[in-house]
This record gives sequence, structure tokens and C-alpha cells, in this order.
Amino acid sequence: MMSSLNVRAALLSISFLAALLGLWELSTQPPEAQESMTEYEILMGGAEQESRVPPPSAVLIRAWEELSNPFYDAGANDKGIGIQLAYSVYRVLAGYLAAMVIALPIGFLIGMSPLMYKAFNPYIQVLRPISPLAWMPLALFIIQDSDASAIFVIFICSIWPMLLNTAFGVANVRQDWINVARTHELSQIRTALTVILPAAAPTILTGMRISIGIAWLVIVAAEMLVGGTGIGYYVWNEWNNLDLTSVIFSILMIGLVGMVLDIALGKAQKLVEYTE
Amino acid sequence: MTIKSLGNPFDGDQSLIHKKDCGCSDCVTSTNPTKERAPAFAQQEQASADTIAQNGSSEDLLDRAIESAVVRSVFGHNDHSRRSFMKMVGAGSAAAMIGSVFPLAQAKAAAHEAMGQLEKTRLNVGFVPITCATPIIMADPLGFYEKYGLDVTVTKTAGWAVARDKSLAGEYDASHMLTPMPLAMSMGAGSTPEPYIMPAVENINGQAIVLHVDHKDKRDPKQWKGFKFGVPFEYSMHNFLLRYYLAENGIDPDTDVQIRVVPPPEMVANLRAGNLDGYLSPDPFNQRAVWEKVGFIHMLTKEIWEGHPCCAFACSQRFATENPNTYGALLRSILDATQYSNDYNNRFEIAEAIAPTNYLNQPVPVIQQVLTGRYADGLGNIMDEPNRIDFDPFPWHSMGVWILTQMKRWGYIEGDVDYRGIAEQVYLASDTGRIMREMGMEVPNETYKSHVIMGKTFDPATPEEYTRSFAIGRV
Repeated sequence: MMSSLNVRAALLSISFLAALLGLWELSTQPPEAQESMTEYEILMGGAEQESRVPPPSAVLIRAWEELSNPFYDAGANDKGIGIQLAYSVYRVLAGYLAAMVIALPIGFLIGMSPLMYKAFNPYIQVLRPISPLAWMPLALFIIQDSDASAIFVIFICSIWPMLLNTAFGVANVRQDWINVARTHELSQIRTALTVILPAAAPTILTGMRISIGIAWLVIVAAEMLVGGTGIGYYVWNEWNNLDLTSVIFSILMIGLVGMVLDIALGKAQKLVEYTE
Repeated sequence: MTIKSLGNPFDGDQSLIHKKDCGCSDCVTSTNPTKERAPAFAQQEQASADTIAQNGSSEDLLDRAIESAVVRSVFGHNDHSRRSFMKMVGAGSAAAMIGSVFPLAQAKAAAHEAMGQLEKTRLNVGFVPITCATPIIMADPLGFYEKYGLDVTVTKTAGWAVARDKSLAGEYDASHMLTPMPLAMSMGAGSTPEPYIMPAVENINGQAIVLHVDHKDKRDPKQWKGFKFGVPFEYSMHNFLLRYYLAENGIDPDTDVQIRVVPPPEMVANLRAGNLDGYLSPDPFNQRAVWEKVGFIHMLTKEIWEGHPCCAFACSQRFATENPNTYGALLRSILDATQYSNDYNNRFEIAEAIAPTNYLNQPVPVIQQVLTGRYADGLGNIMDEPNRIDFDPFPWHSMGVWILTQMKRWGYIEGDVDYRGIAEQVYLASDTGRIMREMGMEVPNETYKSHVIMGKTFDPATPEEYTRSFAIGRV
């Protein structure tokens, strides 16, 4: 019964998608090509530009073109989609790991000590809601390097969920368990590593999962701003050419990579889950 | 390197000896290291900047060194007899006399040839993807950089603010900019002050006012009250020309309309979305609006000011002084490319070369219409304007002065402005002129001329009066 429900759900969802795409395809048919155009019509690009949103078939063809040769390098401003995505993932991971190195220890500290929590909290509350892109002009000015600035923006946006979740997870470890550790006369550090860390791990991983999602959202915008390389630059460059086919294709790719990153963190989360 | 012995050898009042107790300004600053350390450093920088200003670029210095050597040897290295002779006959005739027996010009040219050794060959040059950047871009696919021994990566940049910041950060060795930008940057208007130089103008003309297709019936600017206009940058000819045009038609650009900064690539999308009623922007985005059937070309900017400068090739003063040979080679490749672009017959080839994704990323027919000037205006007409865009590298000082008058007029700069001083410091007309002459190009004899903008004559000799002569303005 269960499996048949799954099958039926899958069928329904596929036919829904097919109907939607079919409708989209039908509604965006390009106008018929004119037989003979006057010079003026040729200079105006004919009727070609009238249909604005490209049909899904055009997107599929573009996807095939791009994905069959994802790593070409035709100069500094024209690289394959694979290379662009690799640049973006590299920036996200660099900023994300740097944020992790700082956020986890500080989160631990804040979570374990109410004094530290009270001392740091005002700063966190002021800095946390700042849109990461607002940092960009300042970062460009101070760091003097656009690539490092993009990484910094990722760093600054992914640090807060990790920091707060770590602090929250650590602060909410059941007091009983810490008391047990205390009766066994475990040192502070051993308590932190063997009792609090495993107990707080699911909350910490949740924070990390939120962070990677935000980081991936922000990198696209950051790269549209600084340009050069990355999937954000790709979107900007195709926007520049008003080429919506490529823009839709890159939207799909951004979604796919974001999903992969999220699934990876989701799996890691599963590893540290426990039931009481 | 000490350059104080390179005083003008044709000047009878100037000593070339500089004894220990010499009182000339060069000797006073360089023999006084006893003052406090920190200010002395700043002073030194100031002093070297001053000597550059006085003596011109490194290539000028080389010329001076050759003249000096020749003149000294003529007088058997006796400075006294040189000075009395110069006073007697005057510098001009002395130079002519020596020139008649010694090939001064050839000696200078030979020295420039030999000076070749490039300090660095791998360079990063930024550009914003518009047709104004044609010489900078096409120099890459058509091999002009290679010809001068350079390996240049031209990097596409998302907008002018980013181009400026990447240049200030040193990521770009040189960059495509708007002609007002190096002036503003050198003065610190809108950014931290950093001495910038503009050895060459990229293009003249080549911009247009585009309106949304809904405004086909509103061709008179007096009907434009409440419009939202886009310009690519505050410190741009686009901004100043649009303001000028509006103000001449009785529309106050600050209160009657809204002028927004929109990066060129986003112009068409904003026009289509109804976010803008029109814009004065660089091509290909004017022609692209027509191609997309969302806008029409109201007028070309050449109708406002025939031959106005637009974009520029600029770099920091530091880059030029630290890498004089590389700078020279880069400038030569740009000048060469600009001259090539200027030839109408090459325009089709150039349009093909700069259209791909790596450069402008635009349909070839759009670029061709811009570069050849045979274009559809979006109102049903085919227009023929062969000089819709043109390429002339000579950086007229008077153009710099005009830009400064408009910056003052609209309140971007305040107080007393040393119009000519700043223009001459940033726009290297005489340097570029000399190199152009060496390369066999036609060069005007003066660096100031009067310009006619919408029928009103601008005389560069009286900038302050000109600034105050407008009915609408912020002075």
C-alpha cells in the first residue's frame, strides 16, 4: 500500500510538471519567421525579440550545450559552467570554513558562560541583521582584493547562524548530564568534548546547515556585484546580453548545487543525531 | 636617480652644475635630510611628484638628458660659456643651430627605441562591456597588445564604481574609465584621492538619449517633467551632457526630473520594467533597446556636442612612474588600436571581434549598427551617421576644463577650482601628443581649443565665468 502511494505520488508529480512545461512551451512559441524583411526590419532584429520568455525546449537545448562542454576556457571572461560553479563553490567553502573555525569555539564559550553570553550578545544582535552585501563596499576598500572580499562576505553571513546555534545548543545541554560528568570529576575540557559536544552536535549541525544555505544564496549576489568569475558573474553576463535562456538555465544550476550542499549537511546531521 | 642636472640646457639663467651651496629648489629639498623622519618621507614623495610635474614623464626626462648631453659637449662642458651663449642668442635659435648640425630628433628617437626593457609584461586591464571600450577590447583579439610585447588580460567589470575600486586596489594595472573619473579620483571626489592620469581618450561621440516606446509623442524635452532618467555614473559625460541638455531646455535636472545611476548593462532591463522613462547611456545599450523594441533613439549625443569625449584609458600615476616602459608600450598599443578603430573600413571586422561572450556579449548586428552608424532608430527610420561613434585619443586639456566646469556647476566640487592645473596634471595631452607624433599620427599643435555645445561657445580661458553663465546651476 505504502509503495503504491509513493508510485502514485511520483506519477502525479511528473504529470503535473509535464503539463506545466507543455503549457509554458505552447504559450511561448516564437513568431513565424518572415519570408523577406526590409532593411529596417533586419536592423530591428526582425520579430525575433518579440517572444520574451524562452520556451523550455530552448532551455533544454542550452543546458545540453553548456553541460556537454562544462570546462571550456575561452578567455578571462568566458568560461564553462563547470568552471564558474567551481569558483563559486570554492568561495563559499573558503568563507564557510573560516566562519566555522571562529564561530564554533566562540559559540562554545558563549554557551558555557552566561557572563560571556551577556557580554557578547549586544554585538551579535547589532551585527547579525546586517545584509551581508552591505559589507561589500567596505570590504573592497579595506581588503583591496575583490576575490577575498567575496569570501569575506560569505564569512560574515555564515558566521551568525553557526555562532548562535552553537551557543544555544551548548547552553541547553541537560544539566543532569553535566552533573554526572562533575561527579565523575571530569576536567572542564573533557566535559566539553565528551559530554557537551555530542549532546549539542545536532543543534550545531542545524546551524551549519542554515549557514551553508545562506552562504550559497549570498555568493550569487556577491559575484554579480564584483564580477570576474563564478556563477553569479555568469548570470550577470547573460543578463547583460538579455539572454533569458541562459539565465533560466543558470537558475536551475544554482538550485541544483544548493540542493547538493544542503543534502551533504543533512547527511552529516543524521550522523550526529541521537534519541534520548 | 638624481635629475637635478637635467635642467633646461637651452636656458641661459639656469645652472646645470648645482654646487654644494646651490640654492635652487631641487638642491634645497634633496640636501636637507636633517628634518624629522616621518614628514621628510612625505616631503620626499611630494618632491618627486613635483619634479615629475616640472620635468614631465620619464620620456621627457630622457629627451632632456640627450639635449643636455649634446649641448654640454658643444660647449666643452663649460657651463659658463653655455650660459652666456644662450643668453646672447636665445633658446630657440640655439636649439635650431645645434639641430642643424646634430640630428637631435633622431638621437631622441633612437634612445626611446633602446629603452625597450619592459618592467612587467603580464598586465590586467579592466573594461566595462560597452562599445566605448572598443580600442581596449579589440586590442586583445586583434593582437595589438602582443605587438608591443605585452600579455594583457582584459577583464570585464560590472560597473564604474567597481572599476574604480579595483583600480584603486591595484587589481587593475590600467582601466577603461569615463573621462571625468580620473579628474574626480585625483581630487578625491567620491573616493579616496589618488593621483590618476589619463593619457588617452577612447572614443568621441557614441552615446544617445533613449526614451521608452510609450513616449514616442513626447519628443520635446519640456514635456519630460517627472521623468526618471538613467545615467551610468555620477562622474560621467552622460550625466553632464544629460544635465546640460535638460537645463538648456529649461528643465532643472535636480528638481524637475530624477536622474539615477544605473550600470549600463541594466539599462534595458530597467527601461522595459518601466523603472526608467529614458536614459543617456553608452552603446550598445541604446541600440539594444531599439533591437528589443522597448525604446527609441531620441537623439545622438553628437547633436549636443559634436566630438565630445566619452570614455578614457586611465591608470594611476604610480603605475606610470614605477613602470615607465611598460606604461609606454601599453599606451602605444592603445593609441595604435584607437587609430585602427578610427578607420571606418575596419569597423565590420571590429564588430565581429568584440561581440563574443568573452567581450561585449551582444548580437553582432547591434554592434555593427553602432560602429558603422547605419542604424534603425526605433521610429521606423534608417539613419546614416558614419561618425555616430568615433575614436580620437588626443586628450584635449580644454575637455578636462569643461568637465570640471560642469562638476562645479552641479555641485560635485566646491570652492576655488584650479581648472587648468588639474586638467593638465591628469590629461597628459603633451606626452600623448609626442608619442602620437612618433607613431606618425596627426597631432594638433595646441592642447586648448574652444568647444561649441548646443550652440554655446565654451572658451577654456575663462572657465569660472563660463560656470556662472548658466541660468540653471548650483553655483
